[in-house]
Amino acid sequence: MPGEHFVVPPHWEWYILGYFFFAGISGGSYVLGTMLRLWGDARDAATSRIAFLISFPTLLICPILLTLDLGQPLRFWHFLINDSNGGLAFKYWSPMSLGAWGLLLFGVFSFVMFLSALSEGGIVRQRTLQTAASFVAGMVGRVFTVVGAVFGLFIAAYTGVLLAVSNQPVWSDTWALGGLFLASALSGSAATVLLATRNRRDAMATDRKLIDADRYFILLELALIVLFLATLGGVLSKVLTGGWIILWVIVLAGTLIPLALHWRTTRMKVTVPVVGTAAEGISLLAPVLVLLGVLALRAVVIFSAQA
Amino acid sequence: MCIRDRSMMSDVCKHCANASCLEVCPTNAIIRTEFDTVFIQQDVCNGCRDCISACPYGVIGFNSTSGTAQKCTFCYDRLQNNLKPACATACPTQSIKFGPLDELRQTAATRLATLQAQGVSQARIYGDKEYGGLHAFFLLTDKPEAYNLPSTQSAVLPSRNNVPGYLTATITTILAGVAGLVAFRRRGEPPAGQSS
Repeated sequence: MPGEHFVVPPHWEWYILGYFFFAGISGGSYVLGTMLRLWGDARDAATSRIAFLISFPTLLICPILLTLDLGQPLRFWHFLINDSNGGLAFKYWSPMSLGAWGLLLFGVFSFVMFLSALSEGGIVRQRTLQTAASFVAGMVGRVFTVVGAVFGLFIAAYTGVLLAVSNQPVWSDTWALGGLFLASALSGSAATVLLATRNRRDAMATDRKLIDADRYFILLELALIVLFLATLGGVLSKVLTGGWIILWVIVLAGTLIPLALHWRTTRMKVTVPVVGTAAEGISLLAPVLVLLGVLALRAVVIFSAQA
Repeated sequence: MCIRDRSMMSDVCKHCANASCLEVCPTNAIIRTEFDTVFIQQDVCNGCRDCISACPYGVIGFNSTSGTAQKCTFCYDRLQNNLKPACATACPTQSIKFGPLDELRQTAATRLATLQAQGVSQARIYGDKEYGGLHAFFLLTDKPEAYNLPSTQSAVLPSRNNVPGYLTATITTILAGVAGLVAFRRRGEPPAGQSS
């Protein structure tokens, strides 16, 4: 029932905004890396590797931000261990509990794929890394990669469900946030990978595919934004007033402009633009706008509900 | 929502039978005591504030000194020593009553009948049905929303949004998977894993 709960805000602010952003990029990058491995060809190997190289470092930022946000940071482990009886603290019906475990387990997958990517790329030559790479190359490794992608999807999406499983106005009035954050995270991850592979000859072919994928992700995100706003009912005005409009403009600029630029790129069959040209500027503009949009979307959802 | 000309506003913990805060608490810091009250263990709480976002009555606050969530304990320590909660003991007008729920419900029913006989047609007991029954209930003379209290219909636990939330995420996953398949599918080349 929209607007019929009389809550006080939890004051989840900048650390949580940062956490939601990086969790999305980490989970989404892993998923893109997996998709490229499963469905791509040999020319996509370099980009897939870079996606895994992005996933783990961005994931490392997440527990730091989460811990800093706690009132008692030194008790971060209470998310995992029940301090009262020494058993596990696990509640499948609490997204925050699931998220803490998901973050830990996803960390294992993301770390192994990171090591493997380091070895495959020849960045570091070390026996442990080569072991990780050969493990990942086998059939068991493929299953491992896919299971990791399931955790990656969860990490990118659950933050939206976490907000919804509350009694806060806006958050608890919609069921669209999990899907919306996931679509936005995938779009943001495609943008991050595109930025990381700019001007790389070995990623040229995959850049076109990533741009195609990002177009679909943006369309999905736009549809979910409409659903999100449509489900708010009586509290719609809470997210569509005052300063929040500026954030929505950034969200729209981070979806509609990249969509138009991607469409242009595909239509003109542009591949890697020459350094220093206008085309290169445009290739930088689209992913940067997407990332700003991803951040603004989370900001408007997090902050407007608590205002 | 503003409160109109009312004589009371309740921001005390209701110690719900089905408590939203207890449901979402990821650390099990929030427990149900032997007195059927809801209690935040201060040595376990890590200050994540998930309970604050869940409480539909807005009664949990964050103590920036202790770094933990805090609310009315129903004087847990006093109850353990066979004493009444301090508020019920100190209240000079005896507006706050403490005792066995059945007895209090009977008292409330009598008061309600008196009020209704006096023409207060909107009078009602709040707390019988909401969240499985509250352990602090109130005699209202208007609908609950006028007192900043959720109505019976909207008094639903936060977990109501788990299934629809994850379902939307799952549908999005499927659609994104199809998008990835269309965009990344190999075009006559060996798979990515078989590169040099």
